Amino acid sequence: MAEFKLPKNSTYKKGKTWPAEEGATRIKRFNIYRWNEDDGENPRIDTYEIDLDKCGPMVLDALIKIKNEIDPTLTFRRSCREGVCGSCAMNIGGKNTLACTIDIASYKGDVNIFPLPHMNVVKDLVPDLTNFYAQYASIKPWMQTQTPTPSGTERLQSPKDREKLDGLYECVLCACCSTSCPSYWWNSDRYLGPAVLLQAYRWLIDSRDENTGERLDNLEDPFRLYRCHTIMNCTNTCPKGLNPAKAIAEIKKMMVERQG
Amino acid sequence: MSLRSPLGKVRGLGSAKNGTHHWWMQKVTAVALIPLTIWFVSSVVQMTQASYEVVINWMTSPIVTVLMTLFVATGIYHLKLGLQVVIEDYIHSESAKVVLQMTVSFCCIITATAAIFSILKIAL
Repeated sequence: MAEFKLPKNSTYKKGKTWPAEEGATRIKRFNIYRWNEDDGENPRIDTYEIDLDKCGPMVLDALIKIKNEIDPTLTFRRSCREGVCGSCAMNIGGKNTLACTIDIASYKGDVNIFPLPHMNVVKDLVPDLTNFYAQYASIKPWMQTQTPTPSGTERLQSPKDREKLDGLYECVLCACCSTSCPSYWWNSDRYLGPAVLLQAYRWLIDSRDENTGERLDNLEDPFRLYRCHTIMNCTNTCPKGLNPAKAIAEIKKMMVERQG
Repeated sequence: MSLRSPLGKVRGLGSAKNGTHHWWMQKVTAVALIPLTIWFVSSVVQMTQASYEVVINWMTSPIVTVLMTLFVATGIYHLKLGLQVVIEDYIHSESAKVVLQMTVSFCCIITATAAIFSILKIAL
């Protein structure tokens, strides 16, 4: 059965509060999920009070400030701090997004930060993305051709065909969409999920790729593709403003088109 | 704990090479059910005060018999396709899945056969 309640060892309790330094005027409270495998404890929510006058504008700025100045044990992924690498994907204020591109000021009241939903947690805000990356590898995300590589020139693509990749190539594989999808929660062992399907469509629609049929064969499966029930959480949550639900719908249309 | 590689797990038993027919039939039956349901509901609402004889007489009209048979057959086929997806979504034990899928199939076919038999018995 799909699990609708957290297992006993996953329910969280209130943790430590780190008060703001004296004299702080613009205080914002960050409630952050903490868990590590080593202490055998249940997860807890630690509260950090931050003086916004001494902190950058983005949620990631606050996390870095906490790690640098308050609690170095806080663990999270981050790299580019500008929405290009997809490392700092997490659930902030109940919605999956990138901590680096979301403004602290967009949250009224406390800012609640959890790891991406329904994933195994490695530590604190770091989810285990092993299965997600293996799913990405399974769609063979590179160009596949029968025609030999032309010598001395690129494989050409018309500007019109290149336009078809707009709204797809921007995906940074942060996993916000896949981990917001209930169908992915229940069946991530067999359903590829919105992020990987958007990437699959990116290769299906590339005019230079010659393995479209084999790619569709690989996706034609009740679970790999058809677990998508058009819930649309993916499109709603994508921090890059992309539309994975539409990409999946386009794959389904290609499936019907080749039937007759 | 399994030492199988993550990619080996994901590739699993391979693609089933189907799913499109199921998905397409769900759309086809959904579209067909729009006019059929509107017709069925509006007819029943109009006859809420009607006597037994009036309703039976209405049921014997060839158009009503055909539409009613289509409504039942399409509706129950759509129901079967939908329940199948619900079971696939939420039931992960292979044995429970087989038992439930069979039960759904049997129940749907029995209901459809009984309903169509009743419609024809009134009409013919």
